[in-house]
Amino acid sequence: MILTLAAAGSSWADPAFWVFLAFAAMTVGSAVLVAATRNIVYSAYALLLTFFGVAGLYVFLDADFIAAAQVLVYIGGILVLILFGVMLTNRIHDIHLSNETTHPVTGAIIAGAVFLVLAYVALRTDWELDPRPAVPTSQEIGKAFMGKYLLAFEAASVLLLAALIGAAYLARRGEKE
Amino acid sequence: MDLLLFVRTHLSFLKSWPDWIVYVLVVFVFAFAILNTLVAPLTGISTYIERRLAGRVQYRWGPNRVGFRSLLASLPITRWMARLADKQPFKFLGSKIPGGLLQFAADGLKLFMKEDIVPTGADKMMFKLSPYIVLAGSFAAFAVFPVSHGCSATNLNIGIFYVIAISSLVVPGILMAGWGSANKWSLFGGMRSAAQIVSYEIPVGIALLTTVMLAGTMNMNEIVTAQRSGYGIESAGALGWFAFRYGGLMLIPFLIYFIGGCAEVNRTPFDLPEAESELVSGYHTEYSGFRWSFFFMAEYSNMFAVGAIATTMFLGGPLPPYPVQWTEALFAGMNPNLALILRFTEGFAWFFAKSYFFVLVMIHMRWTLPRYRVDQLMGLCYKVLIPIALTWFVIMCGVKMFRMETTLPRATAAVEAHR
Repeated sequence: MILTLAAAGSSWADPAFWVFLAFAAMTVGSAVLVAATRNIVYSAYALLLTFFGVAGLYVFLDADFIAAAQVLVYIGGILVLILFGVMLTNRIHDIHLSNETTHPVTGAIIAGAVFLVLAYVALRTDWELDPRPAVPTSQEIGKAFMGKYLLAFEAASVLLLAALIGAAYLARRGEKE
Repeated sequence: MDLLLFVRTHLSFLKSWPDWIVYVLVVFVFAFAILNTLVAPLTGISTYIERRLAGRVQYRWGPNRVGFRSLLASLPITRWMARLADKQPFKFLGSKIPGGLLQFAADGLKLFMKEDIVPTGADKMMFKLSPYIVLAGSFAAFAVFPVSHGCSATNLNIGIFYVIAISSLVVPGILMAGWGSANKWSLFGGMRSAAQIVSYEIPVGIALLTTVMLAGTMNMNEIVTAQRSGYGIESAGALGWFAFRYGGLMLIPFLIYFIGGCAEVNRTPFDLPEAESELVSGYHTEYSGFRWSFFFMAEYSNMFAVGAIATTMFLGGPLPPYPVQWTEALFAGMNPNLALILRFTEGFAWFFAKSYFFVLVMIHMRWTLPRYRVDQLMGLCYKVLIPIALTWFVIMCGVKMFRMETTLPRATAAVEAHR
């Protein structure tokens, strides 16, 4: 991807390219940290950097709405949920909670295979660069949700509602018994 | 107007510079300027006002010593002049300035010089990092506020959504502080605070969504523009603000936003995260010195941000309560540069006054109301605010769909006659 970008006119002198590299490095580096660190809380916070880096990459793709949604949903929602889970389930005042390493060989094989497939796809795809200037996306997304993809949108919302009701039911069950 | 565009068009010597240098310069200079001229003094003056008002409410004096009067009395030059004249200098002036005005500067200096204590059992990296994340999360929202007529630091298309998204960075920061302190009160305070912010984001989001739906845009400048007219009047003044449009129907989402906003910034009656009787001081129990002051800077800039969002979304942002055309007509005959400056000042003054009004309301609430219990707090959010906000959202959808906006009969007649 870097090679493609460089080939497509993003020169090393272009500061945007350096900012992109910084975001990409932040995403990948913190993702490595998520898996490598022994402390599970550190993993969760490294995930914060990963999510933020991905949001930055969305900004580079001119997807402003998705970038903000990424920050809101992943950092404000999912990450907080993970942190709550970590902090409430374990012995909270012990800061040496550690991630166990299990099945290193199998894991390496699977991860390597996935990496090879992804790298093959990324290298083989003819990445098309849209030369048109960026346009705001939120209006188009809204129209697509309320028009073409209305059924999928509604189905997803019904699914979420079911999950919400299920969660409330599970939380209240202990109370009644 | 976009700040970058403004700088490009008005500072001609920058034209020969490469784009990115100008951009970096603008970003850093303005971030520095905003931090030092807006956030830090705002925090300082807000703490002064808060303590004075607390004094008034509790029938005692607030800070009333460290002020310009004592500064005048202690400076060598004024002392020398006093000795020369054999009486107190500037006495007539001194009696008119309220005392204690410089208390916040003295406090800041004290905090700056304090030893930076990290508890032995704490996770050093987490402990040190979290104040920055919390402050960055609350401070980043300032980038899109329409501080004057059509003027914000950056004119983002997704304005209000960006504000909601970027302020969610605060939650992991608070959890980080609570966990990193290795103190059970800190952890409980952080947990409570995070749970509270995450819960109250829902009614706040729905209330703001109502405005977004009515305005048809998320861009904060365009939301302000949408509030210029109302009731069929081209330039309606205060009647065009969303809070007073639709015959006052929008007052409900406005109130829900304000209640939720108070809860999101952990102010009384929702200040459970730092309930002194239960949790010492919540997630910043272990902090001292400048890191502690970072949390307070975040709190006060968050209060201002809640006021600024309420102002922009419901009270017309920089729009004055009288029709804009009045002052526009007044400025039209003037020197264009002077008119530009006057117009900017007018908008900024209204924006600031309206936003600061909410800060004052929050301060009064803190010293008047008792604190909620945890279950009551969550009950209020999930059983009262969310149902009302959702119902009202549907009602306003209907209002918008059937174009039921009330128009004053006289104004409509005038518009018809004009056609």
